[in-house]
Amino acid sequence: MNSISAAASAGTGSGSGTGTETGTGTGLSGERFPVRERFPVWKDKFSLVSSMIQRQDLAFVQVPMQTTVAFITHLRDLEGYAHLVFFTAIDYIEDGIFRLTYMLHNYRRHHDLGVQVDIPREDAGMESIHHLWPHGATYQRELKEMYGIDFPGSPGVDESFVLEGWHDIPPMRREFDTKEYSEKTYYPRPGRVTYDPTEYMKEKLYPSEAETW
Amino acid sequence: MNAILTKALYTLISLFVITNYGLLLGGTMARVRAKVQGRIGQPVWQPYLDILKNNFKRTGIYHGVMFYLGPVFRLAGGLGTYLFIPAVYGSAVFSNFSFSGDLLLVMYFIFFGQLGMALGAGQSGHPYSPLGVSRGLAQMTAFEVPFALAVIAVASQHQTLSITELVAAQQGGILNWVAFTNPLAMIAGMISFLGMTMGNPFSVVIAPQEIPIGPPTEMQSSFLGMLQTNRAIFQGAKLVLFMNLFFGGATNIVSMVVKTFLIYLYTVVVGASFPRFRTDQSIRFFLGVPTLIGIAAVVIQML
Amino acid sequence: MSDMQDMEKTESEEQIARIAAEMRLANDGLSDQDKAYFCDARPQAVEPYRGIMEKFANWARSQSLWILGFGTGCGAIELRPLMTSRFDMYRYGIQPRPTPRQSSVFVIGGYASVKTVKRIVRSYEQMQGPKFVLGLGSCTVNGGMYWDSYNTINRIDYYIPVDVYITGCMPRPEALLAGFNRLKQMIREGRCEGMNTYAENFDWYKANQKQIIKDWNMPDYNW
Repeated sequence: MNSISAAASAGTGSGSGTGTETGTGTGLSGERFPVRERFPVWKDKFSLVSSMIQRQDLAFVQVPMQTTVAFITHLRDLEGYAHLVFFTAIDYIEDGIFRLTYMLHNYRRHHDLGVQVDIPREDAGMESIHHLWPHGATYQRELKEMYGIDFPGSPGVDESFVLEGWHDIPPMRREFDTKEYSEKTYYPRPGRVTYDPTEYMKEKLYPSEAETW
Repeated sequence: MNAILTKALYTLISLFVITNYGLLLGGTMARVRAKVQGRIGQPVWQPYLDILKNNFKRTGIYHGVMFYLGPVFRLAGGLGTYLFIPAVYGSAVFSNFSFSGDLLLVMYFIFFGQLGMALGAGQSGHPYSPLGVSRGLAQMTAFEVPFALAVIAVASQHQTLSITELVAAQQGGILNWVAFTNPLAMIAGMISFLGMTMGNPFSVVIAPQEIPIGPPTEMQSSFLGMLQTNRAIFQGAKLVLFMNLFFGGATNIVSMVVKTFLIYLYTVVVGASFPRFRTDQSIRFFLGVPTLIGIAAVVIQML
Repeated sequence: MSDMQDMEKTESEEQIARIAAEMRLANDGLSDQDKAYFCDARPQAVEPYRGIMEKFANWARSQSLWILGFGTGCGAIELRPLMTSRFDMYRYGIQPRPTPRQSSVFVIGGYASVKTVKRIVRSYEQMQGPKFVLGLGSCTVNGGMYWDSYNTINRIDYYIPVDVYITGCMPRPEALLAGFNRLKQMIREGRCEGMNTYAENFDWYKANQKQIIKDWNMPDYNW
């Protein structure tokens, strides 16, 4: 596995995630969602790949592509995660995947749950969630534009969102070299010099400030 | 023939004086407003520079015949208002054509410019222009009610609609002014004057610097220069009219300047103290207490 | 002899002027319905007055700067304090105006992206000349800290002529006032002919604009 939740994936279902230790149902922590108890249930139903408790009020679970929307619908309708806080993607070009994160919020318990799903970079596409939250369509439109991830059926997903008349590969993909593109397109003004901040401050501006670095 | 030429010359002098007076008054009051806000403010002669600048623009866009005529109508409204009011009572130069027109004509001219402007702004095709015009006309209709009632009260008090005769009736001491003989009419008139000057509580019509809206949205270059010139004339004409109606007119130019300055200062003080009304609020305001005061003034005259 | 040459010269100049006047803009980006709304004539350079008249006009122009603030980036936040009692731009004859038609100074507040440069060009073309452009912040000079972004314009002067740049990230309102005073001085010296520059190098500016604005869906020249 890769990056963030790789360390946490070992703790799946056992209730001993590597995140911060949570309380056992009393006091303030008792108001939070008992994710630890729900992990085994979810694992059976939706075949979770991994899970991690990040904080008392924040947990991440990773699910396969096939059960994602079913899982999110379940969370929304039955577990109280009624609010889609954000929906974003991370480009792990080394592993050949995009990691989508649906951040959900439970208003009654004030608990955030991040649902992560890895999708292949080639022909990237995902099931749409616009029927669950109308504003999901906006996020999907942006993801289509910035990463080229398709969401078939999502309203207006092919329309341009922030960019107008973009013809290159989607700019947030990591194989897109923004610097090269900028230099090719936008007539850089000659004379730009880059200084190392520490060295520059030492010799120019505030010698005493540089010492503290 | 000679008399006509003399009259024409006097008219030109009178117009010249009132234009410059209006411009300087506008500049001064902008400065007063700046002082209230703790600023230094623009130079007193800034209105001249703005008009010069606008007339020195090298290009101008026009949208059709009515677009040309809009500012012309507006200017005609300003000139018409001024030229039928005696600026200085008894003066050959500044009595203008007051012998041939009366109060009703002047009231018509106050409305006329705005209507002409509505045609011009409509042809500019900018969606905000008609919006500003409709706001302006709505507010104008509202403040005309207390103003008309005040005028009716004053006219029935002195049994005349001629402004010169009204001024003549108020001569002979400060206690002869309508402001003291008929205070209710004066109050109703002066409240409606706030709306007429489009000073701050009622400035949503033009609001030139905060929201991109208003009749002159599409007016530029010399069109705008013309509108600004007219604004000065119109402002002077309205001040003179209210001075004549309620404050005994003026028998010399110094008393005219002092009185109009104080009347203008009153609108500026009100404007600096109160926030802006929305159009519906200002309509509701004018049709409320000021109208009742106006009705009371008329009823008292009738009794 | 010299008279003959002069005549020929004036004839050819007239011919060039006539051809230039007949050159219509394509307005290809517009639908047929919209084409009727926009003029298709090219902008023409306007000869300044001569001598003392132009000096007087320039003095009046410099004393009455009406700004069109274009808050494309964070730089526009430094424009607001100018109106406040502390900095009080009114004493220099500077006022904000709500519409491009009436304003004479275009303040580009900070970085411009491809999307905003479209609006900048349209607003600039709607202003009535003589018009002046003030680039506010380092981003307008060379892209500033966003210079290598996929959508940040590096040099705003490739798309519209700029008279004065105010560097800094952010420039203080004092710097802005200094920039305005510099602009005033330049106007009085008659060095701010950006409008004529734009008209004379119209094709170059349009080519630059069209190179980055891929979906050109506006008129070629917007009166």
